[in-house]
Order: sequence, then C-alpha cells, then structure tokens
Amino acid sequence: MTKLVISAIGPASSVQDGGRHGAQRYGLTPSGAVDRLGLAVANVLAGNPPLAAAIEIGPFGAAFTARDGAVRIALAGASRNADISGRTAAFNTSITIADGETLTLGFARVGSFSYLAIEGGITGEPTFGSLAVNARAGLGSPYPRPLQAGDELQAVAASGVTERRIDLPAVTEAPIRVVLGPQDDEFDDVQKQLFLDSEWKISATSDRMGYRLEGPVIEHLHGHNIVSDGTVNGSIQVPGNGAPIVLMPDRGTTGGYPKIATVISPDLGRFAQTPAGKVFRFKAVSMTEAQAEFKKSAEFLRSLPDRLRPIENFDLNIEALHDANVAGAAVSAVDAATWQTPSAADAQGPD
Amino acid sequence: MSATLPPPRLLPSGDSAITVEFNRNIDEAANQRVLALDRSIVREPIAGVTETVPTYRSLLVHYDPVQIGFDALSEQLVALAQLPVPPVTTTRRWRIPVVYGGEHGIDLEDVARTLNTTPDDIVARHVAGDYRVAMIGFTPGWSYLSGLEKSLHLSRRQNPRLLTPAGTISIGGVQTGVQCLAGPSGWHLLGRTPVRTYQLHRDPTFLLEPGDAVTFAAIDAKTFADQDRAAEHGEIVAELIAA
Repeated sequence: MTKLVISAIGPASSVQDGGRHGAQRYGLTPSGAVDRLGLAVANVLAGNPPLAAAIEIGPFGAAFTARDGAVRIALAGASRNADISGRTAAFNTSITIADGETLTLGFARVGSFSYLAIEGGITGEPTFGSLAVNARAGLGSPYPRPLQAGDELQAVAASGVTERRIDLPAVTEAPIRVVLGPQDDEFDDVQKQLFLDSEWKISATSDRMGYRLEGPVIEHLHGHNIVSDGTVNGSIQVPGNGAPIVLMPDRGTTGGYPKIATVISPDLGRFAQTPAGKVFRFKAVSMTEAQAEFKKSAEFLRSLPDRLRPIENFDLNIEALHDANVAGAAVSAVDAATWQTPSAADAQGPD
Repeated sequence: MSATLPPPRLLPSGDSAITVEFNRNIDEAANQRVLALDRSIVREPIAGVTETVPTYRSLLVHYDPVQIGFDALSEQLVALAQLPVPPVTTTRRWRIPVVYGGEHGIDLEDVARTLNTTPDDIVARHVAGDYRVAMIGFTPGWSYLSGLEKSLHLSRRQNPRLLTPAGTISIGGVQTGVQCLAGPSGWHLLGRTPVRTYQLHRDPTFLLEPGDAVTFAAIDAKTFADQDRAAEHGEIVAELIAA
C-alpha cells in the first residue's frame, strides 16, 4: 500500500480540512485550516475537492518520504524552501515524489502555515463529517493529535497526470478588514479609534485557539465580564488585561469577554499567515462591503480549478522520478533534532 | 394573536453570523426566547442558515452570505423572535449522579466556610435544585445550568485553575455546571459525575440538549467508581426520568 511517511515535522502541524460544522451548539468547535485559500489551492492542484483534508504544516521544517510507490502531492500556503533529492520543488504546483524519495521543507518564509495535499486526499474516519484535528476533544483522523515523525498517511498510487500550477495574485499588505461588533458598545469612541488607528503585532504565544495581539491597552466601558455568548472565527475579544485576542478555528464556541470587532472571512487566512512580530493594522468596513468581499472570495475559491495550468517542459514526470530514485534513496531524512535550526538554504534559496 | 414581544438586538458577528440578543444579563425569560427562536429555526429552516448556537441571552445564527444577506436575514429573525413563545410541551428530565466533596470536590469545604454552613448543607441545597440546561459551550459537552438557589451564588475564584477534572460539577456566579472534559475553570468544584455529556463513539454523542431539565443525586465514592467504569464503556449512567 502506497503511503507518505512523515520523516520529520515541527509542532503545530496537523491534518485539517474545511472544518467540523453543526455541533457548535454542543460546545464542539469547528477546527479546520486557518488559511482556507492555502488549503484549497493545494487540494485543487492535487485533484481533490477544495476543502478536503490536507496537512497543515506549522512554521518549522518538515520532511515526507514516499513508500511503496510514488505519491503525487501539492504545496501551497506559506512558501518555504522545498526540495526532492536536491531538485527544487515549487509552491503552488503539483509534484510527484517517487518511491523512496524525500521531500524536505525548510522554515516558513512568508507566512506561518503551509498546506500539503495528497492526490486522492487523506484516508481516515470522519467525525461530524471532518478529519480535522481537534486535540482538546480527541478528534481528528487518522491521528487525533498533531502529527509526529513516524506517522504514516495512506495514499493512492500517483496518477502520472501532467503536473500543474496555479498562478495566484500577489498577497496584499493592506490592513486586515473588520466589521465592528458584536459588543463594540462595550468600548467608547476613543478606545474604538485606538483599536483601529494603532499598529499591532501578533504575539509569539499565539496558537490555533487564538492569536494574541501586542499593542496599546484597550479599555472597557463597563468591565471585562459579559454573559458568555457565541464566538466565530475572527472574533476579536478583549480580556481584562486589555490585550485583544483574535479567535481562531480551535476557539471555545462561547466566550465571556466583550468582542470589539470581527475579522471578515476573506481576510482570515491572510491574518492567520501574518508572522509573529510583524506590524499590521486593522480597518473597519461596512457590512455591505464585507459581504461583497465574501462573495468575491467565494467566487475566487470556486474558480481555482479553471486557473490550473499544465507545467510544460518540466522533468517532474513519473519516468524521470523513477530514474532519479537511485539518488533519492541516498538522501537521508531530516534529523528531527535539527529542525529548529534554520539552514543556510532557508536564508536564501529560490522560491 | 397576542401582542408581539419587544424586538431583540441584532448584533453583527462578522460577515457570516448574527447575534440575536434578548438581554444583556442572565435572564430566564430571555433564555426561553433564545430556545424558542432556536426551535422555530429548526422547525422551519431559513435558506442560508447553517448552524445556530443558543446561549443564556442570545442566539448566534451562522449563515452563508452568498445565499442570504445581513438585512434580509435580520428582518426574518426579528419577525420570528417577536412571535409569542410557545409553551414547551416535552421537556426531557435527567437525574445526574454526583459524588460530592473530598478529592472529588476539593472546594466543597471552602464553599461551606465562605457561606457559614456545613458541607452537608451545601450538598443538600445543591441536590434540591431544579435546573435547566441554559446553554452548552466553551468545550464539548460543558453544560451551563440555570436555576441555582440564591444562597449558593458565589463569585468565581480569583485564580482560575488551569486543569480541573473531567466530569466536574461546579458553581460559579449564579450558575452551576456539568463539565465534560478536563480543562481550565474558575468555578468552585463541588463534586464529580461519572456521566459523560460528550462521548465520541456512543449514541447519542451529546447527552444533553439546551432546554433539558436536570436534577442531581448524591452517590458515594464506590458507586462513582463503578459507574465511571460503566460510563467509560459507553453506558449513559444518567437517568432519564421524564421525556
């Protein structure tokens, strides 16, 4: 049986998909990819439905080895140095890893999370229609926890179809757009303006539950306790210390802190990919604008298959990979102990 | 038809959810309206609404803005929310076993001291309560119950604990709760139940529904251990005493 073996992987890496919907009323959070566009691009390149399960790879490096057959994959999301047996592997393209070869990924360079989709998807048992890992609730398949070195993912034998690429528009540096509310009336105009006018950074203590923000202290009008109510991905809650937290897909389904604003869905992936320490701003938009942007972004996701282009004159076909396999077998897997040390290749190298 | 109820506040929660708020505070009548609106959406689905999350005083309505816009959905929700609340004809009632105090409820003695009474008296008051599931949230199966007797209202701990056991029965503010998974809590821990309100490979996965009635029954440590083993293997161990 063909499989993709995880030879090395850093923390904050797990199987994710479009999320587990319908049970938030029982306290079960949806989980799912933090950057849906990244997930969708990888899947569409691999020939899968856009929100199928794929590997969400955290900021550190990783290595994957094909066993008992060639495995066709695609990489998207935060770009990194990637190579297979010394050949550069590009992001936003599909790639076939020949039997025994190892795909080695460096640190995320632009952004935090990359997506590796496997042709045919990930084999597992869905709960509430999803394979997404929710470690706290013990959910996710094939492993109900973050991925570790030695884990194996079943794969179908590579189809051998022509490899493809998708050209994406450049990522914008524009402010992260928000809709004010639901509890913006728990803050006076001065505090709301301070929130919208200030420069913010994402704290290094952020995770898939929430991104903590560093910036000015936002003061409440009536204290920081409200009666718990429902949260969404992108809810910006302000706890007692005045440092906002943007809730992410592993959030609690309800929360008892006032929520000053909500990141609009089309900007959530870009926000999730903002590296810790990088300065950014928020910008308030109207509901009309937010929903128009939502539709544009849904349409863009829907159009991804139309944007696939065959890769011409490129040596990534099955036969070439079989020939290269002799060299591939000589390349050892990344030593898990070294993944926190960026290599020289991480600092420069081609995209 | 009787006069319509006052309209709720409609609060935008981003581009694909609306918070329908009936009150800013914990309020029984508001919670009844939340659950009534939730039931009417279940009964007559609104195209584009994908999921609802009832809480004490508001209903969070998730929707797909490609199918329905904020204004159109708001209009429908306001109309639905002002219909008279129909009387609930069927209420499920659960009896949930609890072992109180000792290692199972490490705050029982402190709570008794703070309220100038004995641990037994606290247990007696907690067991005497007639509770209702007001909402389920935070983590899977964490059930927030309304109906806590006034004399047991106690502000939360100054320092929340980072880890409290699965099955914890606790009180905090005007509420009592059944916590399913181990996790953080700032509430006062009175005891533990062997009942799993969430268990993955059991039918039903989620035991309690918002609106269900709940009473507690005190059990000893031996019974807890036995029922905990049974529950581990998928037995429900809570008693359904009316449906």
